[in-house]
Amino acid sequence: MKFELPITVRISQVIEEANGIKSFLLPCQLKAKPGQFCMIWLPGIDAKPVGISYQTKDHIGVTVCAVGPWSKKVCELKEGDLLGVLGPYGNAFQLEGKTVVLVGGGYGTASLMLLAEEALSQKLTATMIIGAKTEAQLLYRKRVATLGLGAIYTTDDGSFGERGTTADALARILKNQKVDSVYVCGPERMEKKVAELCRDSKVRSYISLERQMKCGFGVCGACSLDDSGKRVCVEGTIFPGEEVLQMKEFGQYHRDSSATKHHF
Amino acid sequence: MSELSITLCGMKLPNPTILASGIVGISRASLTLAAQGGAGAVTIKSLSIEVRKGHPAPIILTYPGGMINSVGYSNPGIDNVGDEFSDLTSVGVPVIGSITGRNEDDYKILAEKAAALNFSALEVVLSCPHTPGYGTMAGLSTPEKTEAVTRLVKDRSRVPVFVKLSPNVMGLVDLAKAAEAAGADAITAVNTAGPGMIIDIVSRKPILGGKIGGISGRALRPIAVRCVYEIAQAVKIPIIGTGGVATGQDAIEMIMAGATAVGIGSGVYDRGITVFRQVCQEMQAFMDTENIKSLKEIRGAAHEV
Ligand SMILES: Cc1cc2nc3c(=O)[nH]c(=O)nc-3n(C[C@H](O)[C@H](O)[C@H](O)COP(=O)(O)OP(=O)(O)OC[C@H]3O[C@@H](n4cnc5c(N)ncnc54)[C@H](O)[C@@H]3O)c2cc1C
Ligand SMILES: Cc1cc2nc3c(=O)[nH]c(=O)nc-3n(C[C@H](O)[C@H](O)[C@H](O)COP(=O)(O)O)c2cc1C
Ligand code: FES
Repeated sequence: MKFELPITVRISQVIEEANGIKSFLLPCQLKAKPGQFCMIWLPGIDAKPVGISYQTKDHIGVTVCAVGPWSKKVCELKEGDLLGVLGPYGNAFQLEGKTVVLVGGGYGTASLMLLAEEALSQKLTATMIIGAKTEAQLLYRKRVATLGLGAIYTTDDGSFGERGTTADALARILKNQKVDSVYVCGPERMEKKVAELCRDSKVRSYISLERQMKCGFGVCGACSLDDSGKRVCVEGTIFPGEEVLQMKEFGQYHRDSSATKHHF
Repeated sequence: MSELSITLCGMKLPNPTILASGIVGISRASLTLAAQGGAGAVTIKSLSIEVRKGHPAPIILTYPGGMINSVGYSNPGIDNVGDEFSDLTSVGVPVIGSITGRNEDDYKILAEKAAALNFSALEVVLSCPHTPGYGTMAGLSTPEKTEAVTRLVKDRSRVPVFVKLSPNVMGLVDLAKAAEAAGADAITAVNTAGPGMIIDIVSRKPILGGKIGGISGRALRPIAVRCVYEIAQAVKIPIIGTGGVATGQDAIEMIMAGATAVGIGSGVYDRGITVFRQVCQEMQAFMDTENIKSLKEIRGAAHEV
């Protein structure tokens, strides 16, 4: 029987991924599937959901972007410091077809990395679109090159790769070649654009959603979606694009830790 | 074929399983999910007067004895749920409101505001064991307070009032009697036990963000069954037996202890959101084998006559 208790481990490596974004390798076995997340506990402070971005036989890794109180504290940690891991949680991406495109915006790219590795090991034709505001925030450039993954980079300011958004890059791909399925994780506005593009091109898409999460395993209700009531942490985080586009709150609003609604 | 439908304080329930307060239930949609999972009625997560963000995470843990939580009553405040809880017909089953206050004045305001929403019944929580300023920690688990608060709420409510009690107090029966005397329509027994604590021995820190938490699930069941049994001997109003129910057998046990309906919370974790349907199927199977036609036949069966 599995219990929802943290496994507390010492950070074995800190990787500087980009400006204000670090990965932490943690010695624990989760047997996570691509797209799943875990709750990372900063002992005595707080625990938050984070995508699993690395996985080997005896390690997982998470990539944290320093934006607020919890993530800034995590990003100050060094090798040997303690973090607790709960999970893995959520459903997983399922690769469909022979030609796939992965679209990641900001730290959302983290949740696509195990899928990218899986696509390569299945010898699929995989293209990854990685977007950020500016070059200094682009994630995984070295790792993607080492993996031998076809990648397109976009930045809002054109400082690296294509100027524009991941959706612009995807639109061009969808126009020029046959794509079987598209996998997406990033800011909700971007996800909405990508889902609409895929719908209009009749290509299947799978979107990983982010909502306030407090437990991660379906009990607290914090991540419940309108109008289905589906819990992002259990029935998601990944939903088919057509379903996501039907969701009343998608691209519109989300709830905070008191369940108060906020518009995007 | 055995019959699972019941009438609880005039409400028709297709079956006796009720989603307990605080397990999903933050929105109309999440209540609907539980209703689709087979719940005969659903309870909202408790509302307070002020907006509460709750404790830092982890807020819920599970361990071999069941579950421990220190959610900390996170909720948007009763003033901000008008659009969420005014039209509840789409949920498909009766929706029970839940209110939690720090003192009598809070309950007056909460009851008045709840009356403007469309709940089929209203549960008054006097029993959270682990949130400072609330429930047992605010001294609300005395017969005097129970009677006073029940009366205040009852005077302001158009719908049946349930009073939710704590398993942690000596003299629980006196609280149930006090609630009944003040006009309560039903007793919900019980809230979580404890509080308890789990310490992570590597970081040497309590794991729950709120450090201490209420215990529910497996460890709570025998305590809850005993509480229901004792209350059933002391009052005439129906009891919603809550605590550790996760199977049809558990539900039958509660009913034999004297419960009219059963609340299910932690069971949602153990068996998923369809736990309600699973429990009903198992109850039905047991009743068919034992040739029990309706739940009335076995209610309180464990009491000597
Ligand atoms: C399923 C899931 C997976 C997640 N995966 C990751 C992950 O892999 N890596 C990761 O770093 N985070 C991830 N998050 C987000 C993470 O859980 C926290 O919300 C985030 O770290 C911020 O927490 P905080 O307490 O530091 O800041 P908060 O107090 O929550 O936020 C501080 C401020 O920053 C703003 N903010 C929040 N996120 C961003 C952002 N991305 N860019 C700019 N401003 C922002 C908030 O609106 C707020 O104003 C994930 C969330 C979910 C639900
Ligand atoms: C995560 C969690 C949150 C809860 N929140 C509330 C709450 O807001 N109000 C309340 O009256 N009871 C709350 N409870 C108590 C439950 O409603 C129920 O009485 C208790 O958990 C025992 O039932 P169970 O063993 O089936 O979980 C909560 C319980 C849990 C596990
Ligand atoms: S985070 Fe608690 S139900 Fe999803």
